Amino acid sequence: MNGSSAASAPAVGGRPSLANYAICLNGIVWREALRYWHQRERFISALVRPLVWLFIFAAGFRSVLGVSIIPPYDTYVLYEVYITPGLIAMIELFSGMQSSLSMVYDREMGNMRTLLVSPFPRWFLLTSKLAAGTAVSLAQVYAFLFVAYFWEIEPPSPWGYLTVLPALVLAGLMLGALGMLLSSLIKQLENFAGIMNFVIFPMFFASSALYPLWRVREGSPWLATVCELNPFTHAVELIRFAFYGRIDFLALAVVLGAAIVFLGSAIAAYDPSRGMIARREGP
Amino acid sequence: MNSSTPNPETASKRGAGALAALEATGVSHRYGKRKALDNIGLSVAQGSFSVILGLNGAGKSTLFSLITRLFATQQGTIRIFGFDVNRAPSEALRRLGVVFQARTLDLDLTVMQNLSYHAALHGISGRETKPRAAVVLNQVNMAERAREKVRTLSGGQMRRVEIARALLHRPRMLLLDEPTVGLDIKARADILQHVRGLVAREGIGVLWATHLIDEIEPSDDVVVLHEGKILDHGNASEIAARAGAPGIGPAFTTLTGAARKEGKPE
Repeated sequence: MNGSSAASAPAVGGRPSLANYAICLNGIVWREALRYWHQRERFISALVRPLVWLFIFAAGFRSVLGVSIIPPYDTYVLYEVYITPGLIAMIELFSGMQSSLSMVYDREMGNMRTLLVSPFPRWFLLTSKLAAGTAVSLAQVYAFLFVAYFWEIEPPSPWGYLTVLPALVLAGLMLGALGMLLSSLIKQLENFAGIMNFVIFPMFFASSALYPLWRVREGSPWLATVCELNPFTHAVELIRFAFYGRIDFLALAVVLGAAIVFLGSAIAAYDPSRGMIARREGP
Repeated sequence: MNSSTPNPETASKRGAGALAALEATGVSHRYGKRKALDNIGLSVAQGSFSVILGLNGAGKSTLFSLITRLFATQQGTIRIFGFDVNRAPSEALRRLGVVFQARTLDLDLTVMQNLSYHAALHGISGRETKPRAAVVLNQVNMAERAREKVRTLSGGQMRRVEIARALLHRPRMLLLDEPTVGLDIKARADILQHVRGLVAREGIGVLWATHLIDEIEPSDDVVVLHEGKILDHGNASEIAARAGAPGIGPAFTTLTGAARKEGKPE
């Protein structure tokens, strides 16, 4: 084995060092950010979507839906305040699905193959890709929070912007991993429209994003159960509590567990020997 | 990654015979019931230009998918400089450069950004990438286009960038899947000449998949692939002689025609 110095490329016969892994991760995140930068309309639409919900939907429903005092809120809150964590999670949901869309696109266009011929282990490449997608979604969320601030939606203390970060990362990873898993199951880009109808909408509406679960239970107990089983509900609650500097431990456990399961399944699905790609014809 | 993997390169220095840049033995692959590859064996020597000749659907792309480990080999083994693609993928892939049939550059990024991304995927730092990129881009006469977006390049120029990119991590084995498809005559000739130059000057082993007869020279190693089976292999003039044909072109027609006449066993 030829010794290779820390920051230089792994020499033939040498093994990649930790520094090489860092370079690889950095490169994947950097490319994702660059691509994102070139698709600014994606950024705009990702920002406009939740703002439309906030300015129009929430304002309209302000008087219809009263939100009683439930944790983490200490007082009555405006409906806009209530749905903000749900809208943040929605940004991450769309972002996660969009990065999986780009994975299907990359696969059809062959870009995926340049990623997968990298000598780094495949789990590392996929996890890096996931981290890159999550980083991009964080930028979207903070842009949304910036605008929402002027709509007088802010955490009780400025620290909320910091304490919400780990929750955003975790929720982003979970939703991104779900997208990645779905991308391995989808054969072609055209099938992706189904994701919209069968994943995004049900996940979003059958959750605590738009209405508190006690409200849902009044209307339909079984729907409330579905909402409780929906990992998206827990992503919303994790963000809601973290924004107020608190931890919802049940939500934390569910989101963490779901992230691990989704990512593990996605890695298995992209595994060359077990994976779905092998059973399909063609590249 | 298993740290106890013996290094075949050092082993071969002690042992006899030069190590093949690429070696496939007994490789078969099925998609469901359809057999896409049937007992394929081939070897690319270091510093040789080898051709897989076959029509579309012959199994070339499947073989390339197996060599690049898009999916695992179901039967048989593929080794790159002695490293099994499935058992030591990291070692194998590090020694392999690939130019895919589909265009795989990011159109919205510049040439240099595309190369930097590839370098990062191989763990090469930004500082090290610059001089390397300058060298490989110079080789393909694309150095002055480094800062331009890929979208503005012609098909032939994109291919040249892809070849430069495939060489960035200094592989000793280069795989090209129908690299000249869709290019005009001049661009085709340039690319072929450049890759042949790499073989001659730098001793890189090349496996070139094509269905275009005129890309083959009499001294090239040729594997004739048809419906997942190897019909013949050897250097082009030998294959022609064996088939009793004046050249590799007529020989290919004779061989594939004969294979069709034998009927379809499956």
